[in-house]
Amino acid sequence: MTAVSDTETTIGFGRVLRKEDVRFLRGKGNYVDDIKLPGMLHGAVLRSPYAHAKIVSINTAAAEAHPKVRAVVTGKLLETLNLAWIPSLSHDVIAVLATDKVRYQGQEVAFVVADDRYAARDALELIEVEYEVLPAVIDAKTALDPSSALIRDDIEGKSDNHIFDWDCGDQEETDQVFDQAEVVVKQEMLYPRVHPAPMETCGAVADMDPISGKLTIWSTTQAPHAHRTLYALVAGLPEHKLRVVSPDIGGGFGNKVGIYPGYVLAVVGSILTKRPVKWMEDRSENLMSTSFARDYHMSGEIAATKDGKILGLRVHVLADHGAFNNTAQPTKFPAGFFHIFSGSYDLRSAYCQVTGVYTNKAPGGVAYACSFRVTEAVYLVERMVDCLAQELKMDPAELRMRNLLKPEQFPYLSPTGWEYDSGDYPRALRLAMDIAGYETLRQEQAEKRAKGELMGIGVSFFTETVGAGPKKHMDILGLGMADGCDVRVHPTGKAVVRLSVQTQGQGHETTFAQIVSEVTGIPIADIEVVHGDTDSTPFGLGTYGSRSTPVSGAACAIASQRVRDKARIIAAAMLECSPEDLEWESGRWFVKGDPSSGKTIQEIALAAHGPLELPDGVEGHLDGQCVYDPPNLTYPFGAYICVVDIDKDTGKVNVRRFIAVDDCGPRINPMIVEGQVHGGLADGVGMALMEAIAFDEEGNCLGGSFMDYLLPTSLECPSWETGQTVTPSPHHPLGLKGVGESATVGSPPAVVNAIIDALSVYGVRHADMPFTPAQVWRTIVGSPMRTDMAFK
Amino acid sequence: MNIEVEVNGVGYSRDIEPRMLLVHFLRDEIGLTGTHWGCDTTNCGTCVVWMDEVPVKSCTVLAAMAAGHSVRTVEDLEQNGTLDPVQQGFMEMHGLQCGFCTPGMMMTARWLLDHNPDPSEMEIREAISGQICRCTGYENIVRAIRWAAEHSGEPADKAGEVMA
Ligand code: FES
Ligand code: FES
Repeated sequence: MTAVSDTETTIGFGRVLRKEDVRFLRGKGNYVDDIKLPGMLHGAVLRSPYAHAKIVSINTAAAEAHPKVRAVVTGKLLETLNLAWIPSLSHDVIAVLATDKVRYQGQEVAFVVADDRYAARDALELIEVEYEVLPAVIDAKTALDPSSALIRDDIEGKSDNHIFDWDCGDQEETDQVFDQAEVVVKQEMLYPRVHPAPMETCGAVADMDPISGKLTIWSTTQAPHAHRTLYALVAGLPEHKLRVVSPDIGGGFGNKVGIYPGYVLAVVGSILTKRPVKWMEDRSENLMSTSFARDYHMSGEIAATKDGKILGLRVHVLADHGAFNNTAQPTKFPAGFFHIFSGSYDLRSAYCQVTGVYTNKAPGGVAYACSFRVTEAVYLVERMVDCLAQELKMDPAELRMRNLLKPEQFPYLSPTGWEYDSGDYPRALRLAMDIAGYETLRQEQAEKRAKGELMGIGVSFFTETVGAGPKKHMDILGLGMADGCDVRVHPTGKAVVRLSVQTQGQGHETTFAQIVSEVTGIPIADIEVVHGDTDSTPFGLGTYGSRSTPVSGAACAIASQRVRDKARIIAAAMLECSPEDLEWESGRWFVKGDPSSGKTIQEIALAAHGPLELPDGVEGHLDGQCVYDPPNLTYPFGAYICVVDIDKDTGKVNVRRFIAVDDCGPRINPMIVEGQVHGGLADGVGMALMEAIAFDEEGNCLGGSFMDYLLPTSLECPSWETGQTVTPSPHHPLGLKGVGESATVGSPPAVVNAIIDALSVYGVRHADMPFTPAQVWRTIVGSPMRTDMAFK
Repeated sequence: MNIEVEVNGVGYSRDIEPRMLLVHFLRDEIGLTGTHWGCDTTNCGTCVVWMDEVPVKSCTVLAAMAAGHSVRTVEDLEQNGTLDPVQQGFMEMHGLQCGFCTPGMMMTARWLLDHNPDPSEMEIREAISGQICRCTGYENIVRAIRWAAEHSGEPADKAGEVMA
């Protein structure tokens, strides 16, 4: 095991301990709620108790009279500032504070700024709001019925709850494949609404300096630069007078991509009171009002030959986007990257159609480690393949093995237009089966079944698509998905690297130092990573969709390479030879054929800042920059196997084993990669077994606290078994693919496939997540529940 | 009301509202922000501290109830510049990612090891089962606590300080 001290001299990739840990372990992290500024006030938000209601009147007089209250903000006041509505991330608008009506339970209605957080909450109780309750649209399946209430009457000419229709693939060809297929299996399934629920909720501290006009916003954001630009556009504030700081972030998982009304309200509060204002939501507010994930009703069909050759896939999706279309997707892709739903298989044709609808629920975001809806796509195809296996009475691992893409097919152009960069899928599945002891498990299952016990084995295989752009195809609100990086070597050979992306626990302070170290030979301990502050980092779109390593990591590698290239010219000047005569070894340029005459990167750094005469056109100092616009996405993949035991008396599912083989290309730091995988596996177990936000028919959110929205603990999670294969990406400068969301994408179908496999003795082919004991029991007796609603 | 509380061996006297939670007292009144807050319902455990040598969820204790008692927080784990084996174990085994649940997890771990120096994996899982980590999937937290159990009593690696 690497000791802490080893990082002092360690260079490049490998298992090194994290630099950031030294502060977290001592309780010295600096999260948004830890920020305390002189004279700082506290804000609190009054929220709607109703899912759909007209606001008749708001009386704030009593709140304003509270001795500790400094400001009360309503939608009416915001209208005068032109801030009542702001653009959403998907070319819609969201209300900062409701003006006309409330459209989901928990929506922001008023904001109070007071001397302390207790007083701010007290004052909320003093605000009187008169509502006229309207019928709520809760079931996405009836949202388009003419009899459903109109949610978005704020949009001129809007007469229904329809948001968009989008399709992808060759419909005609796919229909033909289905018409001629020997076997067609259909299955409807729901990927329920779930919530990222990072342990730190969302919040902000806004500080408007009335003299300089500079506004600083510390906030829980995964994308500080995108936020700065959006604040500038929305509020008409000059961008150079805006500084967004994302300090330590207590987990993001997509929850912290968007701009929430609370952030804007903290800014308004600071402008009105001329003092810093902190707003920190509580857990209920986080669960009820911030970006959820999924909520996809999917009708899938799979076509195959009788002997198990998969031919085609067809799917219609009804996407529940809540009251405002606020999902963070690249502009051209309203359903994100769902069209990668043909998965890891060599099939002829695929077609998907997605319809987005408004409902009286919290608006969505790209949330919960979803890689822009690859999660839903992988769940669909992996469930469909299992349904087909059941129909054909084939082993699901064997059926997959028969249809997986072959290594020689890469780069592979999918039926919906993706170009998969590289992969060896059968090897990964074989490895997972070996680690699991697949054949032995099947024997054990047969023995258990003979005794009447319920044991299930679930297999899933996933192909991720991560690292968005390229920017010519991908932008968010017109901002291209490319990222910058600056590497600067100081005269003494220590370096600083500045990133546009921001860690929420992924360990960037360590892994990006490792990238610089790998390329330049500077020890990891000598490299400082600066990130999260728009005043001191280059522009870029931030950390989500597993894009930091594939995009920003590539920028960092190229910037480091530019440092090394420049060092070569400087070393040549020092050694009075030509740069072509020099050869590189880690941390040093030396004369070919004469290894003893060379210069270390540290010597070169000093010379670069000294009186040494450099060739014409070569500037001094030692630095490198890059703005990386990825030529393609990267395609990490993996094979997962889950083993469950189910108690048929209680309906309780026990995840006994979970085997995860991941291929994300070379691993910068295997310890950190494994940690990322572990976290995603726990997410998958949570979603499969217990996480879902359901609503009752009035639109009351039934997942508004950790008493109701259950997260997996140490007792639901097994000891994870991991393995790896390594297939580099051909187009990333270091072959890296990204891994942050792989396990969240790949694990839910493995768990669900295992549960259905166990329950198949009752003739069950499908039921929806989460498999709470009640759902398992209902499935056994043949009447599984709709898990998105309390009234069906 | 005025209360006197001993925190990490130091006495504090503050005028507070009777309804103030201990977690807010620690964070806002005396500036010890290592203890975190993560839920409204006593479920998450990011707020775990010791009161009179026993782990408590400080979001569910009034500061007034801590008057006259002694409280220990994450800031007290490191002694004389040396990390507690639990802290060292979390670092060595990558038992933390975002670090938000970590102080609470470590306070429970320290208590567990004080009472059961050689816990099994299951005993560790049970001990931390009232606390949620959203990042690690728990495996490395279990390994971290095992690491601490196996390295307790050894002189701690001073390198932890060097890096700080
Ligand atoms: S803050 Fe969640 S248990 Fe105390
Ligand atoms: S390390 Fe992030 S919640 Fe545990």
